[in-house]
Amino acid sequence: MEMTYDYKQERRLAFWFLVVAFLAISVGGLIGIFQALEHAGINFYPLAGLMPYYEGLTLHGVLNALTWTTFFICGFLIIATSRALERKMSAMWLSWVAYAIMLAGVGMAGYAMLSGQASVLYTFYVPMRASAIHYIGLTLVVIGTWLHSANFYLTWGAWRKENPGVKTPMAVVGTLTTWIVWDLATIGVAIEMLTMVIPWSLGLIENTNPLLARTLFWYFGHPLVYFWLLPAYVSWYAMVPKQAGGKLFSDPLGRLAFMLFILFSVPVGLHHQYTDPGISSAWKGVHGVLTYAVAFPSFMTAFTLMASLEFAGKQRGGRGWFLWIFKLPWGDPSFAAQVLAMIIFAAGGIGGVINASYSMNLVVHNTTWVPGHFHLTVGTASTLSFMGITYWLLPYITKRRLFSKGMALAQAWTWFIGMVLFGRGMHWAGLLGAPRRVPFSQAVYTQTLIQDTAGRAFGGFQTAMALTAIGGVILGVSGLFFLLNVVMSLTTKKNSATDVDVPLAEAVSGPENAPAILDNWKVWIWAEVALIVFAYIPTLLTIAQVSNWNAPGLIIR
Amino acid sequence: MHIDRYESTFLWLATGMLILFAGAILISVFGLGIQLPTIVDQIAPADVAAAPGFNTPGVREVFPGHYEAYIVVETWLFSPNDITIPVGSDVTFFLASKDLIHGFKVFDTNVNIMVIPGQISEVSHTFNKLGDYQFYCHEYCGAAHHTMTGVVHVVGE
Repeated sequence: MEMTYDYKQERRLAFWFLVVAFLAISVGGLIGIFQALEHAGINFYPLAGLMPYYEGLTLHGVLNALTWTTFFICGFLIIATSRALERKMSAMWLSWVAYAIMLAGVGMAGYAMLSGQASVLYTFYVPMRASAIHYIGLTLVVIGTWLHSANFYLTWGAWRKENPGVKTPMAVVGTLTTWIVWDLATIGVAIEMLTMVIPWSLGLIENTNPLLARTLFWYFGHPLVYFWLLPAYVSWYAMVPKQAGGKLFSDPLGRLAFMLFILFSVPVGLHHQYTDPGISSAWKGVHGVLTYAVAFPSFMTAFTLMASLEFAGKQRGGRGWFLWIFKLPWGDPSFAAQVLAMIIFAAGGIGGVINASYSMNLVVHNTTWVPGHFHLTVGTASTLSFMGITYWLLPYITKRRLFSKGMALAQAWTWFIGMVLFGRGMHWAGLLGAPRRVPFSQAVYTQTLIQDTAGRAFGGFQTAMALTAIGGVILGVSGLFFLLNVVMSLTTKKNSATDVDVPLAEAVSGPENAPAILDNWKVWIWAEVALIVFAYIPTLLTIAQVSNWNAPGLIIR
Repeated sequence: MHIDRYESTFLWLATGMLILFAGAILISVFGLGIQLPTIVDQIAPADVAAAPGFNTPGVREVFPGHYEAYIVVETWLFSPNDITIPVGSDVTFFLASKDLIHGFKVFDTNVNIMVIPGQISEVSHTFNKLGDYQFYCHEYCGAAHHTMTGVVHVVGE
């Protein structure tokens, strides 16, 4: 029975999650092109009578960073988990309820944003006030993900009973890590929404506490980036080695990396608040150190993945220190996209260490460096990986073949090239002092920036913004290739891809070599809770003393 | 647990690199004296206009070579937005918001701080070079956020 089960229920749900993800990135990506061009002085917003700049920027963030990612992750992980455990998910009804709630939530937020009632950007810092519909919609999305994650816990629990003593497969280790980090992190934003933002936006309470709101937001906001990243790690650890034609180099160290993410993902949020008044600089330092700790599992990942690729390259007849690289299956768009995403992530990760570096943060905080950084991480490490995953996932769940491998390869490379240019432009402009979240075609200091930086080595502000715009257009072309391929794939012949399977990799050093503690989830979760208490309770107690609920704010239209 | 020799070498190098970075940060803080914003005092948004210092916003000399600048921040205005000080002056800025979260960044300096309703923001800088230093709000605060700006003129004695 288990052997012949074709995961029909899971595939159907994953399909509907992906539909929302693709729709979100279609609109969010299109606005991205407008954003990039605007930075070079080509402003489409008024030309097309489209929408105010900040409404567009809000949609770009909410649709891409929150909707595309979350819906893709929900769909992808359900396939990864059921297939890796070789069993049905236990509570599909729960996930369908989750889907309905999330869809309603996105609909509400989408309505609020498109009607101009929620131009508060995706960080919605209070006391800038949007329509309650927006906040309730976003909260429903989070509540939906909780129900969906419960399906994973229940399924793993049932599998554990059926398979005593068997180590949890790597894909599921990564999936459970993703949900544990997410569920613990979203507690912060849920408290912010339910106790402050929603009652205030409904007029039930008059005042907010902006410092407390920011702190609760960033308690959630940093682990949010691991929610985006860890599903890519699921693919990089558990699938890419197989796609490369080899094996994962070390299963035990992969497990250790995921457990370290559980431990360190959450208690680091103050590094987003280095420049905040009202928070002691000593505790900012503590979070800075903990952020360095969470960089460590990514260094481990860098080694393990490169070693796995080298193993695969040599299995395929590659030789020497570097020549094996050319033996890798670069003709497979799913593989190429994900390895290019890894390369970009090397730069994005180092940039992240710079952001987290206490005193150095003063140079880059709230400059275009920051969006430059997260377009390398969530915008490439996650997004380009998810696109690469789509190239086998969509055929797997629809049984229809991928429309064009060539277009998919072109997509991967154009995304890579576009992001190199875009990232160079945004990071550099940030170092020159350009603020983020600003329409430079209208900003009063744009001319000053252009003139003051004109003679700089490696180019001034204008050069940087030209690179940003060129990169953005190339990314737009890449996005078009992706969406066209997705749509055309849905029109290919039924059952033309019955041989596509989830690529699950074996390991050179397998799970039998992992110490038992790496499969003892309770230990890691309790250690994380202890670390969160240590890192946040003193700060929250201080905030309770030094701040007050006294900011009524303004309605932003 | 077996750890490959190359892998353990790599991980030790990574650890060493992080320790090196942490050391560089310690030097920047304790050697160069680069400070992050910290707890100053609280101030209700409704009380900013009447609060000591903010009730007469502007620059004043506290003692020779040292100035204090009180800046009231509101959507979409810094008051004052035009400040003149002699070259070589050490300026401590105090900022407070009457409504939303704003930001304060001065071009070509490390002055970079959030202005959060309810809190007083304090940041210091020594202006050793002549010139006009534009400052601007760097946290999104609504439709005309990108027009919220001002300038520090650093002039000869």
